[in-house]
Amino acid sequence: MKARVHVMLKTGVLDPQGAAVRHALGAMGFDGVNKVRQGKVIELDLADGTSKADVTEMCEKLLANTVIESYTIEIS
Amino acid sequence: MRAAVVVFPGSNCDRDLAVAFEAAGAEVSMVWHKDSELPDGIDIVGIPGGFSYGDYLRCGAIAAQSPICKAVAAHANRGGYVMGICNGFQVLTETGLLPGALLRNAGLKYICKTVGLKVETSDSVYTAGYTAGDVIDIPIAHHDGNYFADDATLAELRDQDRIAFSYTDNPNGSVSDIAGILSANRRVLGMMPHPERAADAGHGGTDGEALFRALTGALITA
Repeated sequence: MKARVHVMLKTGVLDPQGAAVRHALGAMGFDGVNKVRQGKVIELDLADGTSKADVTEMCEKLLANTVIESYTIEIS
Repeated sequence: MRAAVVVFPGSNCDRDLAVAFEAAGAEVSMVWHKDSELPDGIDIVGIPGGFSYGDYLRCGAIAAQSPICKAVAAHANRGGYVMGICNGFQVLTETGLLPGALLRNAGLKYICKTVGLKVETSDSVYTAGYTAGDVIDIPIAHHDGNYFADDATLAELRDQDRIAFSYTDNPNGSVSDIAGILSANRRVLGMMPHPERAADAGHGGTDGEALFRALTGALITA
């Protein structure tokens, strides 16, 4: 089983990297971009018997800092 | 006073911190990240600056899960003193011993320069050597020093007089210009600037010396 964890800065937390990417896109002539938010994707290759609840615990304890970040988990 | 300085792979201010503690009269033990206990009789733990575990995942996140950090948290929860400088501040927020988080600098650049800090409170063993309102010159050297906390946390920090230092000219986007904060029991300090880099005439400034002197004065080994 594989899990893919998406970690994003929460709404309301300033994302200077996303803002810099948007600015660069604008400078390249892509002027249709209103906003960019940058996050990260973490892929986990899981042993049999590892549950989505385990992955949630991993996110809460390590993979995301829930003070500033939110996460979503995709299991495949 | 007996001090322990934690050394992670990637710490690079550990020896500077030990020298500053010793210059103020402390006995210092270095403790390795894989140690699961602090030496006996430690009054204060210093978590130094650097790039623990290469800043992988998030600054301080992997260090916060290390064996020694469990011992540091237990020490703090027993009412022990802990100070985290720069990466040490990031580690303390990641362990939950201090509220908030440190984000990438608003200007995206690593900043290494001496900045003005306003001492916001003298009510702690760390800041008792200053007078509230004093402005001191202390170097910063960080890429992720942009302090963030939600409005409720900020109100709590303000109401409880737990903002230790603020920037006179905010270099990194920190909310409310915050450079350093205290825990609710005032015994855990986290700050991004480096007082140990302004603790000897050879550093070009000595405004950090009063922090270490006040600390050793307050925590004299019985």
